[in-house]
Formats: sequence, structure tokens, C-alpha cells
Amino acid sequence: MSTTATHAHDDDHNHAPKGISRWLNSTNHKDIGTMYLVFSVVAALVGGGLSLLIRIELGEPGIQVFDVIGEMMGSEAKQFYNVTVTAHALLMVFFVVMPALIGGFGNWFVPMMIGAPDMAFPRMNNISFWLMPPALILLILSGVMGQGAGTGWTLYPPLSGLAGQPDMSVDFAILSLHLAGASSILGATNFITTILNMRAPGMTMHKAPLFVWATLITAVLLLLAMPVLAGALTMLLTDRNFGTAFFDPRGGGDPLLWQHLFWFFGHPEVYIMILPAFGIVSHIVSTFSRKPVFGYLGMAYAMASIGIVGFVVWAHHMYTVGMGVNYRAYFVAVTMAIAVPTGIKIFSWIATMWGGSISFKTPMMWAIGFIFLFTVGGVTGVVLANAGMDIAMHDTYYVVAHFHYVLSLGAIFAIFAGFYYWFDKMTGKVYPEWAGQLHFWTTFIGVNVLFFPQHFLGLAGMPRRYIDYPDIFAEWNMVSTWGAYLTMTSTVFFLIVTLIVMIAGRKSVANPWGDGATTLEWTVASPAPFHTFEDTPDFTGGNPAAHPAE
Amino acid sequence: MSAQAKHPYHMVNPSPWPAMGAFSALFLAIGAVFYFHEESFLGLPGAYKLLPGLSLIILTMLLWWRDVIKESVNEDVHTDEVSTGLRMGMVLFIASEVMFFVAFFWAFFHHSLGFSASTLQWPPAGIEVLDAWHLPFYNTVILLTSGVTVSRAHLYVEAGLNQKAAKWIWITAGLGAMFLALQVFEYGHAAFGLSDGIYPSTFYLATGFHGFHVFVGTTFLVVCAMRAQKNQFSPHKHIGFQSAAWYWHFVDVVWLFLFVWVYWLLGLPVRTF
Ligand code: HEM
Ligand SMILES: [Cu+2]
Repeated sequence: MSTTATHAHDDDHNHAPKGISRWLNSTNHKDIGTMYLVFSVVAALVGGGLSLLIRIELGEPGIQVFDVIGEMMGSEAKQFYNVTVTAHALLMVFFVVMPALIGGFGNWFVPMMIGAPDMAFPRMNNISFWLMPPALILLILSGVMGQGAGTGWTLYPPLSGLAGQPDMSVDFAILSLHLAGASSILGATNFITTILNMRAPGMTMHKAPLFVWATLITAVLLLLAMPVLAGALTMLLTDRNFGTAFFDPRGGGDPLLWQHLFWFFGHPEVYIMILPAFGIVSHIVSTFSRKPVFGYLGMAYAMASIGIVGFVVWAHHMYTVGMGVNYRAYFVAVTMAIAVPTGIKIFSWIATMWGGSISFKTPMMWAIGFIFLFTVGGVTGVVLANAGMDIAMHDTYYVVAHFHYVLSLGAIFAIFAGFYYWFDKMTGKVYPEWAGQLHFWTTFIGVNVLFFPQHFLGLAGMPRRYIDYPDIFAEWNMVSTWGAYLTMTSTVFFLIVTLIVMIAGRKSVANPWGDGATTLEWTVASPAPFHTFEDTPDFTGGNPAAHPAE
Repeated sequence: MSAQAKHPYHMVNPSPWPAMGAFSALFLAIGAVFYFHEESFLGLPGAYKLLPGLSLIILTMLLWWRDVIKESVNEDVHTDEVSTGLRMGMVLFIASEVMFFVAFFWAFFHHSLGFSASTLQWPPAGIEVLDAWHLPFYNTVILLTSGVTVSRAHLYVEAGLNQKAAKWIWITAGLGAMFLALQVFEYGHAAFGLSDGIYPSTFYLATGFHGFHVFVGTTFLVVCAMRAQKNQFSPHKHIGFQSAAWYWHFVDVVWLFLFVWVYWLLGLPVRTF
């Protein structure tokens, strides 16, 4: 608290506060964005480590490692396998993808792209971040206390009720999600207000960069979906601890109510994870094709319609619960309808590249990888959208392959794309091109070897969330585990190179990408100064970041 | 505002309250789990395990909002643009609160309209529901009246008459307190307990969270009444009071839904599915 509480704004604006209070008491969107990114990496190390354990276990039939680990953790092998799967999923969704895309890149670049000096509520921004470490601590406690929460990330009762998991583990998981949810709601309020209220003069919404649009729509989804999860979690908590019967048929309640509430949140949640990725990929494709995005307005409104329709498709996760055929027909139809705006996006990216002078730099490779792999995941999504197909496929590895293609290979690829795209801007250093390319290719091959065979396993009927399987599934599981080893090696390589570059990298310039980069963040120095846009940029006469040659 | 800043926004000074609030929440959460599972926590008995975390959170709120009021009143950093942002923030917050109640209404309708396989009739057998036209109706009248009194206060604020406004804000807060007292009385005389099945589950959580919001709204109004007495609101700018009034109307509307559906229309008579 040295310079802080008194007169931080009196003197030089580029002098950041020193020491721990710079981070603990921060009201600076870039510092908070940095904390989110570091947090996300830490969570990814834990979540990634757990996924490696899962793959080692499934590398061959029988029980390999979890008997030992389970015993170490005071639990039993099969239970602890479930705990690992649960913690892995919750970590990746709430503590890796969301903090990186929204908290990290959103904080860093939304204010800069709209020419604002900071977020609308800089102090509230900081509690959005600082709620996350306590949430992470609670999540870890949920894994290690008692038997550990082994309910899956969907927390279905009765398994998540007192009958299924009576000890304190599930209560820790519930409260962890409560804190993470509060963080998201506050963050969403902040982003919406920032984007609606603080755009540079002349920047109408129809001139706002697509990442800004993406973040706006994501924030609206968060604002409306998260509280429903909070309500459901509260009911689960009172069912467990105060004798209510929301999800308990013995008291007249209904476990299906949980599924409705959870997926009413859960489906928008999957778009919360992918819309910011759409935004990032649009910028990268445009920058490295040296062309404006094809069909800019169509891209923006495609995201908006995905967001809106995303609220009325939730029960496609519940085809097997015995829903009436009319309900199923409805949910099939609306779910497939989402493929239309999604297709608009994919075709627009391709059309943006079409006829462009493309340079295949590292960020562009990740963006193209994203488009390719996300499309695979989208196509399997349309398969699963058919209730008739899904009755056979539900809870098999086909679903696991689907959501890993859209998430691990979609959202995570976009995170890497954004990381390489904005690395210079955030650190002021140049990332060596060869290292980025090597990282891309090894990961690309690794994740495909890892996840593609899971389609075959699912079609053959291998169920998800089991520690063991019949020998018939052994081959493709072995291949899948090789893929995990390759991916993990690639990630370790990435971490080491990144550390070295951050310490000893070459200095970069304000705009390393040339004419194609036309958003405002490229008009300030790299690394971006502590305060940007004290002088508000003006859009009334056109985009000040556009290059004269265009 | 500092001299060089040419934008109208508020660059907030670094503040310790966010981190303090976040870690207080962690403290509260751990205390809560230990309370649920009867583990020892700082040697505190039963629900007292919630107290340390809760007090720290309340302290954080007081210190934080004290800073906000200071920034508005003493430092004058709430320009028109910042004020617009603050109002938007409040509206968005209320929107998220609406969705929180949607979850509880969903739980209620899921069972009371027969979507659940385990609910055979509504109200369920053995549940003696409360008479909508007794206390709940009085409470409806009280809350609707308070909606009028808070609007009256708003007119005075906009006319620059802070002292008159204060009087009407106090009256509104008083009506809020009356509502709460009747609600507590009603709970004390209900023929069913929280753990008597799905009816009490939905009833107590929906009306209970509403009651909690009335409490928060009343507290908010009391703070505004005191600020009005100190002449802190101007006809042009009174975001604190405006937010309290919006919040109060929101609480009002939620109650109307509770009254119409939970107490009245789906209360009696019994329907079987
Ligand atoms: C064309 C678009 C998409 C369609 C039609 C679609 C359809 C579906 C369907 C029907 C399921 C349920 C399968 C089952 O459990 O039996 C499912 C599961 C899932 N989808 Fe998608 N999806 C699409 C895009 C996405 C995207 C963009 C994401 C995330 C970025 C995503 C993430 C998930 C996840 C995480 C699950 C599994 C949930 C679980 O059971 O734990 N999907 N999808
Ligand atoms: Cu879905």
C-alpha cells in the first residue's frame, strides 16, 4: 500500500505501484488480465496433470495406477478415478478456459480495442479475479477431503446428494462453484458496462471489433445463466444439509429438476467458452490474410443468434431421461438450428482467407487448426443432436470425443492462438517462430491421435466415466494414450520456451504483424504501457488504427 | 480527476477491499462446510462457525461502499459517463438477481404443474397451506404501498428536497421492516417445517430468499435515508437512491409473483396429476 491509497493518479501514469500490493490491490485491467492468465496456467498444470493420470490409467485394460493413488488419498481406486475425472473437468471449464479467454484476454484487450482507459469498475474487476483463488482452493479441498467429490462435473443427484456422497467433499465443490459463479457474474456486469458505455467516440457497435462483440455476448450469457446454476447449487446444498427435498423423490422432489436447471446453465456455458474463441480467431484470420473479416456484421449477429438460441436447447443433454417425443422433436430441431449461425462463422473465416495474401505465422496456424478441429466437433454435435442417435451414443466416448473437439481442440487452440497473437503486446518480447510452429504441429498431431480414436470407441459402445473396460477396446485406448504423451511433451516444451523467452527474448515492436492488424491495441507500444488511452482515440473520421495503404 | 486525463472515466485508486472480500468468502465457505459436518472450527459451536467469515464480509462491504460514497461526494469523480456506467451496473445486477429467482420458480412450477413424476398432487398430501388472503395479502398491500412511498421520495429527490425525501424513504424502510416482521410471524405459525417435503422446500426457499432481498433492500433504503438527511443527493445525480429504488421495485415484483402463484393460484384447491 505504498503509493496506493493516497494519490496514485497525481504523478506519472506509467509508474505502476510496486511490490505485492500492485497485484493484491490492483485496479488496472492489464495487471488483472495478467493475473487471470497466470492463474489459468496454474490451473491448467493441475488439470492437465490429472488428465494425464486418466490416460495412463486407460492406456490398457485393468487398473494400473489408481489403486496406488487412491490408497494414498485415503480413497478407493474406482472412487478416486471418478474424483480425478470430476476435478479435471471442473478445473478445465471454470479455472482454465473461462479465466484465460474472458478474464485474461478479455481484460487485456477489450478496453484497449474500444479505446477505453480501463474497465468500467476497476475495483470490482479485482474481486472478480481474487474470488478465483479461493474457489480453486475449495475445489482442491473437494478432491482431497473425505472420499473426494466423484460426481462428474454435472453433479447429478442422487450421486451428489447425501445418499451418494455423504461426506464434506461435495459441499466444498458446491461452494467452489458458488464463488467462481459470483466472480463470473461480477465480471460479466463489468464487461457489459464497459462495452456499452466506454467505446471511443465514433465507434458504434457496428464498428466494434469482433472480439468485443464476442465478449459482450459471452458476458450476457454469463449474467443470465450463472445465477440459475447458483440457484440449483443452493438447492443441492440445502437438500444435503437442511433436509429439503428438491431433488429427492422420497420427499416428492425430482432428480430431473437438477438436470433441467444444470443444463439450462450448462448449454449456454459451452458457448461462454467458445464465443470469445470465435472473436480471437476472427482477428487472427483477418490479420494474417491481410483482409477485413468477410461479412463482419453477419459474424457479429451470428454470435448473437447463437447466444440467444443457446438458451432454448438445453434438454439435448437429456434425451435418455424418458422425455416425451414432442419435447425431443423440439430440442432436436432447435439444436440443429444452431448449426446454421455456426456454419456462417466457419464459411466467413474461409471466405476471409480466400484470395488473401496469407502468412502462416504461428497464431495463424493455431487459428486454422481451430477452424479445422472445431468443425469436426461441430459435425459430431449435429450427429448427437438427433435424439434417435443420441440414445445410443449418450454417455459413451463419442460424446467425450465431441466435446473435446470443441473444447480442448477448439477453445484451447484459440487460447494458444490468442497467446501467440498478443504475446508481443503483453510482454514486449518476440516469440521465436520455430518454437511456436513446433509447438503447434506436435500439439495438433498429439490431440488428434488422442481424441480421434475416441469416436471409434464411443461408436463401439465404450461408456464414459469408468476406470476399466473390456479388452476389445484396448487398441484404440492405447493409441489415445500415446496421443496424450505427445501432447503433454509438447506442452512441457511450450512452458519451457515461454519461460526462456519471457526472460531473455528479443524486444518486439508496437505492431509486429503489419498492415493486417487494424485494431487499437497495435497503436500503442509493446509491452502496452501501464495506462493506455488517456487521450481518447477518435473513430468519427474512420479507424485510426487502419493502415493508410488500405 | 487528474489534470492530464482527457477521458471522463474514473480511474479508481488501488484498494485492499476486493482481496479482503474474496478471502473472507473463503473463510465463510470453510466455516460453513465445517458447520454442516459438525467438525471443529476455531472452537466455535454450530452455526457460529459462519460468524467470522460473515463479519469480515460485512466489514468489507462497509469499507468498500464508504469509499464509493466518498469518491462521489468528496472527490466528485462520478462524471455523467461514470454515472451512466454505475446505473447500467445496477440494472445488470438486478437482471442477474431475476435469473436467480427463475431457478426457484422453476423448481416450484416443475412440481406444482405436474412435470415431476414423484409429485402426484399439488399441494402435496398432508400439507396444510397458508391462506393467501390473510397475512400474505396484508403483506402484498404493504409492499405495494411501499412502492408508492418510494416513488414519492423519488419525486422529492428530483425536486431537490432532500429532507422531505428522507422522511418518505424512512417510511418505505419502515414498511419493509413491517413486511419482514409479518413474514417471520407467518413462518412461526406455518403448519409445515422446512424438511417436510417438496412443498416446504420450494415455499421456504422462494419466500425466504425474497425475504432476504427485502432485508437487503431495507438496509439500502436506510443508508439512503441517512444520506438524504446529509443532503447528499442532487436532483441531477442520486445514483445511490435510484439504485435502492430500482432494487425495491424488483423486490416488489418478485413478491407479486410469489403471491399470485405460490400463495394464491397454485395454493388451493388441490389438483391431481
Ligand atoms: C453445432 C454445435 C453443437 C451441437 C449440435 C452440440 C450438440 C451436443 C449434444 C446433443 C450433446 C449431448 C450428448 C450426450 O450427452 O449424449 C453435447 C454434449 C456436449 N457438448 Fe456439444 N454441441 C455443439 C457444440 C458444442 C460446443 C461449441 C461446445 C463447447 C465449446 C460443446 C460442448 C459440449 C460438452 C462439454 C458436452 C458434454 C457435456 C457432458 O455430458 O458432460 N458443444 N453437444
Ligand atoms: Cu448442449
